[in-house]
Amino acid sequence: MSATLFGQSVLSGIFAGSLYALMGLGMSLSWRYLRVINIAHFGLVFLAAYMTYEFAGVRGYSALAVALLLIPLFFVLGVIQQVLILRFNVNEFSSLIVTYGLAIIAEAVIQLIWSADFVRYENRALHGNVEVGTLLLPVADILLVVIAVGLCVATWAAMRFTWLGKALRAGLDNPAIAAAFGVPNQRLLLLVSGFSAALASVAGVFVALLYTLAPSQILSWLGVVFAAVLLGGLGNPLGLLAAGMLIGVSEAITMAITAPSWAPVVPFTILILLLVLWPQRV
Amino acid sequence: MRGRDIVGATRRFMLAAGLATSAALAATAFQAQAQAPSGPPIRIGSTLALTGPLAQTGAIHKIVGDLFVAQLNARGGLLGRPVEWVLLDDQSKPDITRTLYERLITVDKVDLIIGPYATAGILSAMAVAQRYNKVLVHSTFGIPKMAAYDRQFPAWPLGIDPEKTMPNDLLDALASIGKTPKSIAIVTSKFPSVQFVAVGAREVAKARGVKEALYLEFEFGTRDFGPIAARVREADPDLLFVGAIGLEGNQLLEALDKLNYKPRNHFYVYPTPGPLATSPLGNDAMATTAFENLPPLNKNPEAAAFAKAFTEAATKAGLPYTEPETQAGASWSMWEILTGAIKATKSLDDKVLADHIKKNGSDTVLGHISFDGQNNYGKNLMRTKQVQQGKWVIIWPKDMITPGYTVQGK
Repeated sequence: MSATLFGQSVLSGIFAGSLYALMGLGMSLSWRYLRVINIAHFGLVFLAAYMTYEFAGVRGYSALAVALLLIPLFFVLGVIQQVLILRFNVNEFSSLIVTYGLAIIAEAVIQLIWSADFVRYENRALHGNVEVGTLLLPVADILLVVIAVGLCVATWAAMRFTWLGKALRAGLDNPAIAAAFGVPNQRLLLLVSGFSAALASVAGVFVALLYTLAPSQILSWLGVVFAAVLLGGLGNPLGLLAAGMLIGVSEAITMAITAPSWAPVVPFTILILLLVLWPQRV
Repeated sequence: MRGRDIVGATRRFMLAAGLATSAALAATAFQAQAQAPSGPPIRIGSTLALTGPLAQTGAIHKIVGDLFVAQLNARGGLLGRPVEWVLLDDQSKPDITRTLYERLITVDKVDLIIGPYATAGILSAMAVAQRYNKVLVHSTFGIPKMAAYDRQFPAWPLGIDPEKTMPNDLLDALASIGKTPKSIAIVTSKFPSVQFVAVGAREVAKARGVKEALYLEFEFGTRDFGPIAARVREADPDLLFVGAIGLEGNQLLEALDKLNYKPRNHFYVYPTPGPLATSPLGNDAMATTAFENLPPLNKNPEAAAFAKAFTEAATKAGLPYTEPETQAGASWSMWEILTGAIKATKSLDDKVLADHIKKNGSDTVLGHISFDGQNNYGKNLMRTKQVQQGKWVIIWPKDMITPGYTVQGK
């Protein structure tokens, strides 16, 4: 294997890992702070991707403007979802089933509006590469890495250093005592849910930029992102980023040095090893 | 007087015209009544992948089935009776397909069954059909050697050994313009109906003296094609043969494009036709096809009418790519084979129908399909097509080349 092939494969893994982290960030936060295993997160990601295709690809609006519109819209959707979850008192285990159902509904709605056929948003503005020696870095993927790393670091910092993060952690540890100190637990939960859904919309914009879309792909991301979320630690944005990169790069190197068909085995092998060797991590 | 005469003449004319119109309408109504199907419907049951990972192609088969049955009923149905298509969603899952075909036969008690989509689903339905001795005409079954049931009939004229004919046709097409490749990279999905074609391509390439620069298998559902693209670029073959189903061809091309690499000649086994034709990267991409709305195939008036009706229905259904091709063509021919046999035999008996189909073959929009070979596979009617100026044209065999076009190779 040449150095170029190796380097290009590692880069490809970093790009893929960034998307895993971006897709998993909202899911990780809602699992940790809301105790909701939110499979519907993938439905929101694809709904945002299709809306990006529709408004930026078909109707010709700027992708940036569409993204800026989707973020508050999806924030509201996330809040509504959490209100319903609280209203019907859905517990952590039940949330897996309930949100899986919501993901299936999202798939049906997308299929109804955009058909089951493939659609592609061709964005020529982000087409092209940056050359670094013999390596090529696609512009769209660079942007993805910047956004994914930026959001993971910013979320980590917010959770660690701001009153909001401390209040969330306090509410998680002991809601009654946190409330006694003026922490508005319920509102914070709605905020986390809205923020998670807003993150789904950002991930959706990148899915639309980088992939051809079909409604049936919604749950195809579940396994690998689930593995990244568990590997990274629930509610740990930096851990998630590292786990996403680890999985992405491991898959890519596997594809470069051996039969690519072995690549899907990688994330789950890593996850099983972690569960066996370091069970308290998950 | 003259004015009164004119008024009288006008009245008489109007009366005569009115009577004539009434008579014509009555005659039309009578004729329509005579042609309108009546009695209990003939119920034909099937499943389709209306949801799940195969839903995008399932949607094409649904459009075709709806269209065919509507036209059939408008023309008087079958044996004077209306036809009802009992359609269930198999969710793209072969196990559910098997259960639903059991239900169609034992609970819904349909008169006849017809094939689902795709290979794994058809294989499931075939096992049920065999258990109940039902005739099963099916559309796009990809592994002919596995279709051992004697009352199954493939509407997709693939021939018994596509793993040989497909790569040979491709190499013949390139050889016809003096561009026989010296090296080949074969990259294939492990999806069963394409993987064995890729393995066959390896053997054909070896037999024809084409050096294998790379052979890779990837899992169906792979999303990141970056490392595979990097390996293709490094191998730099004269011909890239991709065992692709669905979008995989586009995904690989997009990954190659990110590396500033364009394959010199590239072939995809069963790509989704729309995205490859409309992609800026799809130029000169080749694939196999059973039907395109192009001469000489659409010189047949029935084929032309089918193509027009399909495009209208697909547009109405909101499909992004509305041209009929292999899936739509094979689906239509499936209905033609079954209903043609019912009309010819005036029977709904599975044995009678199977004997008729086996003996006579069937004239379809894809051409005359015969069933006289191993596993009821007859002559291979597949053609090689290529994206040229953003649309598919047929480039092989010679007698099927779209007028005004020729094979493009580097």
